[in-house]
Amino acid sequence: MSSKQRFATPIIALVIFALLWEFLVWINDWPNYVMASPSDLGPAFYKFRWLFLEFGWDTLWRTVAGLMLAIAFGVVVGMIMGFSRTMREALYPLLVGFNAIPKATVVPVVALLLVGQHNLNTVLLAFMISFFPITVSISIGLSTLEPEYRDILLSLGASRLTIFRKIALPKTLPEFFGALKVAVTLAFIGTNLMEIVEPHGRGLGHLFDSGKISADYPLMFAVLIALAVMGIGLYYVVVILEKIFAGWAERQES
Amino acid sequence: MSSTPSDALIRISDVKHAYRTDAGPLPVLDGFSVEVPEGAFTAVVGPSGCGKSTLTRLIAGLLFPDEGDVILHGEKVTSPRNTVGMAFQNPVLLEWRTILDNVCLPLEIVPNDLSRKQRNDRGYELLAMVGLQGFEDKKPSELSGGMRQRASLCRALAHRPDVLILDEPFGALDAFTREDLWQIMHELRHNEAFTCLLITHDLRESVFLADQVVVMSGRPAKTQYVLDVPFGRERVLDDLYTPEATQMLLDLRHQIQVAQGRPLEELEHEPGDPEPGAGEPGS
Ligand SMILES: Nc1ncnc2c1ncn2[C@@H]1O[C@H](COP(=O)(O)OP(=O)(O)OP(=O)(O)O)[C@@H](O)[C@H]1O
Ligand SMILES: [Mg+2]
Repeated sequence: MSSKQRFATPIIALVIFALLWEFLVWINDWPNYVMASPSDLGPAFYKFRWLFLEFGWDTLWRTVAGLMLAIAFGVVVGMIMGFSRTMREALYPLLVGFNAIPKATVVPVVALLLVGQHNLNTVLLAFMISFFPITVSISIGLSTLEPEYRDILLSLGASRLTIFRKIALPKTLPEFFGALKVAVTLAFIGTNLMEIVEPHGRGLGHLFDSGKISADYPLMFAVLIALAVMGIGLYYVVVILEKIFAGWAERQES
Repeated sequence: MSSTPSDALIRISDVKHAYRTDAGPLPVLDGFSVEVPEGAFTAVVGPSGCGKSTLTRLIAGLLFPDEGDVILHGEKVTSPRNTVGMAFQNPVLLEWRTILDNVCLPLEIVPNDLSRKQRNDRGYELLAMVGLQGFEDKKPSELSGGMRQRASLCRALAHRPDVLILDEPFGALDAFTREDLWQIMHELRHNEAFTCLLITHDLRESVFLADQVVVMSGRPAKTQYVLDVPFGRERVLDDLYTPEATQMLLDLRHQIQVAQGRPLEELEHEPGDPEPGAGEPGS
């Protein structure tokens, strides 16, 4: 596939999707409050363009901050679990249990725990919802490292740190990026959950909420689209990073 | 076991080793001894699971015996020493590195004062020896299994180790590729100075490559039988089809059967077996 084609294909898909959507709304004669159509979105975006920019930025940086936290936590805990079987056995049930708790129920707990710290709260929720896949991928990547890799370096007198740097880390990168792609979308869910359930006047979640209150349905749909666009954007940032740092693992595709 | 202590580079005497498992200690080696003179090539054969890989880990200093001594150069092995090179059945090349960078990996770890260029030159030199010139910049995934195994041998030799430990390096290869690699082993031995201990399941391989073949008994393993191979350094595959070689292979085959604990009656039917070594290639 040429690079032009690779660029054009998703855009064509997007246009077809928008046309179908518009057509569906038109043929069913749905009013705005059932389903807004793509042609309503433009005006909604334009009307609230400054709010979209401002709140979009809020949501974006909170999500990215939450992700960074999740990466830092996931890499450290994943390393501990990957290298020590005891720690793995001790921590797995805890992690799984925590991950199983619906995060909507955590929102009020966090909000009460850190009253008024809206930024921190939102970042924390993005973190909590997204660290799990990262932790698991790192720990599995490390614990399934074939012993021969370790033996070759150990027999040369390499330290554990050298083994991690030269072999374990690069070898785990493809799995790490796979998990990061999942974590990116999860982190957006976390941010918006906090912004919608515990509205505090900032972020796209709040814009959605105010659309709901003022029965501005095109605005609500516009927020959803904006979130989708940001999600796609961040996802592709990860894809690019993956190409740079773990591109060697990609050969099977061609 | 006739060599005096001074001329044996690897000296393993009466080694005992047990793994601690959930079900209690699992004795793996019990009274195993072997001596490999400097520059010699020793092959170790034995039933599956008898402790051959454990032996390689003892020599590499990755594991220590409960009793007995593992001595290299007259010194007891108490930690990994970077004068050892290892290669396994699984070539474990690093997929994100080029073949050249894979081969030069030991030079990044073992202290040395080679420049980047000198290291690469060493890599080029070794790769040329095994017929991989032109593949230096390829990724491991672009190579066949036999080529990857050759690269793995080069990596094992990059830092000019005096002891080369090979744990079934050819076990996963097809018969013809394996024979190619046997020839390459001879060439490497011709060009590089190392003392080699080869673990194998292939009796023909052991006779073709080694000066001495040691048969390990079943677990817990001790030295069961030592065969001296009277061939010189220059060998061709046809040597394997001489009556002399056939007799050696037969000897070894019987010894393996004893080690496996098979009833000796079975032996009556075996002498006609045209390929005594083809019993268990790899595992
Ligand atoms: N780290 C370990 N902990 C516990 N038991 C082990 C460990 N490593 C090996 N063993 C056991 O010790 C025995 C000998 O293992 P080893 O790998 O040395 O055998 P081997 O002769 O190399 O076998 P193979 O022919 O299959 O390569 C086996 O029964 C194995 O299950
Ligand atoms: Mg083994």
